[in-house]
Amino acid sequence: MSTPALRLENIVKTFPGVRALDGVSFEVMPGEVHALLGENGAGKSTLMKVLGGIYQPNEGQIYIEEQASKMASPLDAKSKGVVFIHQELSLADELTVAENIYLGELPRKSFGRVDWATLYANSAAILKRLNCGFTPQTRVGSLSIANKQMVEIARALTVEAKAVIFDEPTASLTDAEKVVLFDIITDLRGQGVGIVYISHRMDEIFTISDRISVLRDGSYRGSLITADTNEDEVTQLMIGRSLDLTHAIVPNELGDVALSVEGLSCGSLFQDVSFQVRAGEVVGFYGLVGAGRTEIAETLFGLRSATAGTVKISGEDVQVNSPIDAISQGISLVPEDRKQQGLVLGMNCRDNMTLPQVAELTNGPFVSHAKEVDIYNVYHEKLEIKTPSWKQLAGNLSGGNQQKIVIGKWLSMAPKVLIVDEPTRGIDVGSKSEIHKLIRDLAAQGYAIIVISSEMPEVLRVSDRVIAMFHGRIMREFTAKEVTEDNLVQAISGIIPDKVA
Amino acid sequence: MLPQNVAVFGHLLREGLDMKNENIKLFMAKGAIWGFIILELIFFSVAGEFFSLSDKAFMDWDNMLLLFKQSAPIGIIALGMTIIMINGNIDLSVGATFALCAVVMLDSMTWPIFAGLGNWVIPIAWALALITGMVLGLINGLIVWKTGVDAFIVTLGSMLGFRGLVFMYNGENPTSHLNWTLVDMAEADILGVETPTIIFVVCTVLIWLLMTRTVHGRNAYAVGDNREAAVNAGIRVGPHMVWNFVLIGFLAALSSVVFYSSSGSVNPNDGTLYELWVITAVVLGGTKLVGGSGSVISTFGGVIAIQLLRKGLGHIGADTAMVNLVIGLILIAVLFLDQQLNRKGKEELKV
Amino acid sequence: MSELTILQDSADRRKAIVALFARNGILIAFAVFMIGFTLANERFLSLDNVLGVVRSSAILGCIALGVTFVVISGNLDLSVGSMMSFSTIVVLDLHDKIGPALAIPVMFAMTMALGALIGFLVGYLKLNSLIVTLGMLSAIHGLTLTYSGGKNMDIAVKEGTWFSVFGQGTVFGLPVPVIIFVTLALILGVFLARTAFGRKVYAVGGNGVAATFSGIPRARVVFLTYVISSFCVAMAGLLQASRSLGSQNTVGQGLELDVLAAVILGGASLLGGSGTVFKTVIGVLILGFITNGLLLVGLQFYVQYVVTWVIIILAVWLDVAAKRGRLWSPIA
Repeated sequence: MSTPALRLENIVKTFPGVRALDGVSFEVMPGEVHALLGENGAGKSTLMKVLGGIYQPNEGQIYIEEQASKMASPLDAKSKGVVFIHQELSLADELTVAENIYLGELPRKSFGRVDWATLYANSAAILKRLNCGFTPQTRVGSLSIANKQMVEIARALTVEAKAVIFDEPTASLTDAEKVVLFDIITDLRGQGVGIVYISHRMDEIFTISDRISVLRDGSYRGSLITADTNEDEVTQLMIGRSLDLTHAIVPNELGDVALSVEGLSCGSLFQDVSFQVRAGEVVGFYGLVGAGRTEIAETLFGLRSATAGTVKISGEDVQVNSPIDAISQGISLVPEDRKQQGLVLGMNCRDNMTLPQVAELTNGPFVSHAKEVDIYNVYHEKLEIKTPSWKQLAGNLSGGNQQKIVIGKWLSMAPKVLIVDEPTRGIDVGSKSEIHKLIRDLAAQGYAIIVISSEMPEVLRVSDRVIAMFHGRIMREFTAKEVTEDNLVQAISGIIPDKVA
Repeated sequence: MLPQNVAVFGHLLREGLDMKNENIKLFMAKGAIWGFIILELIFFSVAGEFFSLSDKAFMDWDNMLLLFKQSAPIGIIALGMTIIMINGNIDLSVGATFALCAVVMLDSMTWPIFAGLGNWVIPIAWALALITGMVLGLINGLIVWKTGVDAFIVTLGSMLGFRGLVFMYNGENPTSHLNWTLVDMAEADILGVETPTIIFVVCTVLIWLLMTRTVHGRNAYAVGDNREAAVNAGIRVGPHMVWNFVLIGFLAALSSVVFYSSSGSVNPNDGTLYELWVITAVVLGGTKLVGGSGSVISTFGGVIAIQLLRKGLGHIGADTAMVNLVIGLILIAVLFLDQQLNRKGKEELKV
Repeated sequence: MSELTILQDSADRRKAIVALFARNGILIAFAVFMIGFTLANERFLSLDNVLGVVRSSAILGCIALGVTFVVISGNLDLSVGSMMSFSTIVVLDLHDKIGPALAIPVMFAMTMALGALIGFLVGYLKLNSLIVTLGMLSAIHGLTLTYSGGKNMDIAVKEGTWFSVFGQGTVFGLPVPVIIFVTLALILGVFLARTAFGRKVYAVGGNGVAATFSGIPRARVVFLTYVISSFCVAMAGLLQASRSLGSQNTVGQGLELDVLAAVILGGASLLGGSGTVFKTVIGVLILGFITNGLLLVGLQFYVQYVVTWVIIILAVWLDVAAKRGRLWSPIA
């Protein structure tokens, strides 16, 4: 019985108002590929950031080869043999591959000069181990994303790694490039390195991993031996049976087609997207990060130029080149990032809510505060926004209330089509339910609504129809009756029905 | 399987096309400055035939040596500004530093403590000037590091504050001191190449070595490209930036020493707007404002290009006013070009 | 859970204290200054002196009003000094060529054309405002020199021209420059605080991305702030020209820094999204009194440079510190 390369015991991590990790224990044996699975927000990234020295746990202990250790910083973690391969690349484009691999630890000669011979020799050795096609002298800026990722991985190999953590490594890779990655992982594993592989993608996990562990809502849900299990079992573990589906979808009377999209494409971000939304229905877009959902919303709202396709509002062809166009055509977007995109945090609630139409709320040349407050009060009541007064700065509100301000802002524009991107991201459970109920109520009032979400329960709870996306394309469209957790997860993971046994 | 195959193929094709564009743009960006210089040479030589008041050709050997010599004051500082801008910072106080160091150098030669030293006071005066420059740079660097205020505001303030110190030294009067040995040294030449040119070229080589061959220099690119990643990689970003400010302070002082050793007199308003010239030269040479890229050799090219522009405009009869106008417009034009060459294309978010 | 709330509270409290200090620290420092100066020289608080300070601050003040709009929207304008020189020279020149009645509107038009150009570059082309206005500083300086042929500009016949009323006249004992400054401040203050455009300026400066997402025409808003700024500069140029009826072509040199200092002193954040016209007026007065105080105490004008430097650094530092909740920077 060998010692685990890495073990975490009862890790608790909290942020203001959120318990991200609730006593999670996890271990990786040397030479094992241990996959970590979970929905968005399940806690996978947080756990690995604790391991990688970016966060400090509130409780719990980390053991490296059974020695208790503290990871004070990413550098510290690396020196202890725990290396983290991030999703976001942290490379300097102007420097060479070798310089990026050894960033912060460039070998020196006297007078602070770089020891190029050693640098290139060592880098070449690492690149050879990874079977990379480029030389250490290549300027990183000229590499493709896949190759840049190779460099990121190479950085991990400058030390004798005991454990390497991959966080969604295949997000931007082609199938050919994935094969190369898997070869590298197999190689590392053969050298006795313990590998943690975080991913959503079932097919990859079943190809590469020895064990699968599942996190849900910050707690550990169980582990399965890959060879002995199948996708359905894993999905069950991820989703669990305690899913509250008591709010069954009450279908509304559908009105006319409010939005009709045909063959919409935007370069490499999404291709050939076609769908319709009628008044009174909620269409949910579900998929992995990078599937193209937000990009579609941005294109519909005029923030991106479509490279092909048509958009019709209420049967009329429209050209939307800017948010101003979109608003005048009756499209409203509640954006993904409410703090960076949805609100001006330094302004008060009322001003935030009336911003898109402030030019119309006038009394002569001046803005009519009375008219503004009227609008605010309407939505303050309708959406049950909990603030003592409209004078509160938006930055001081809780996430749920902030989101309601943004929703109120767009509802006050009486849109024909309302797009809501991640309606309850980072919001507490109580407010989540409120917002879900709100979305259904709005549909009942006749709005045509698109909801983009990365949370399965949410999508299932609010949508009349679900569109599953993968890598910029629509994989499948389900009605509320057709969709199940299983077939949805499989659709967005790129698994097409005829492949399933 | 079909949608996935299509996706793969499309992805590869797009990658290929992007890379080709990327390489073309890179080539244009890096080679541009030398092409620009050649264009200038051609333009002014031809225009000079029509507009010039003198009969001389625009560029002969003597003129070229003179060009290098006249480029030195701005050029030496521009080398330091390159590093600062690669870091993602900027230094607007170099003109004031330039003047203050000159005052220190010239005035210290008259101090009673040094009275008995004869001409040995010269190296001491130089040393004091260089130290002054480094101290001023240190002040800028420490404020940027410790307060977290953006470098442009910090140095905007020091531009004013240091200038105030210059005035406080001697009011609105010039500070002068004539020492013939010093002047002789400053105007000496080796094989026809004068001291300022030699110092400029030597500095260029040394700074080039720093940026391409040392750990500090290579780290500068990382710090400018992605400060957080640099911190996570263990680079001590704060002290790194402080060193660079000290360096540019030193170079501003050196430039001042070179220039005022031969001129012997400094007015408190001297060096005003030097930073504009320096920044224009650096940006013209291809260094990006946002940091993370730039090269000393290109800056050298930018300095020559600017000086050539000045001479050229003078050659065709333009006055200082016109030169100021043109320089200002060039800076803006370069900024625009830089922005266009960095466009990510169709998929950009329009914010 | 309760431990967390306590932690949160104390962090919040610390943040609030730093913010409070930041907002009012300037006023406290100013109060200290005023007391110090009064003790050093009893003439400081005399009516005569106070009125003199306000009058001499009027020109700088007008420019600061316009720059307030630019700063609130998140940009800078370093060209205002040389733009003012341009305005002064042009109106003096045109006064003798086409008469004051035409000279004034023509000068305004020309100045605002420059402002529109900058507004186009920063607003529509989205170029960096620091570098653009630095370049324009030089370009406009060159333009002014070319226009004036390098010479000073003087009105031929200085007596009897009604043009001098702007800079030198008094109405009911109040100097005209003060009246113009106050009127402009009132108009612009109301414009910024009460109109839809003003709201948009705050939105663009507070969060440009969110403003775009809310359908605000960001480019146009930024463009207009520079036009407003240039209008104020033109007004300042008029006052200056009218006051001395003759001018060097470098009269406005260095003003941009004083203007920036006044705006910062008034509490506007250089990061954008906050500040008001009224607060800028306070900042202008504070700066005016400091300059005056230093003079009365016998210190030369350049000491003010050093004082302004310290003020700018301290004010921006406190502002940045308040926003991140920590006094010292966390950079390693």
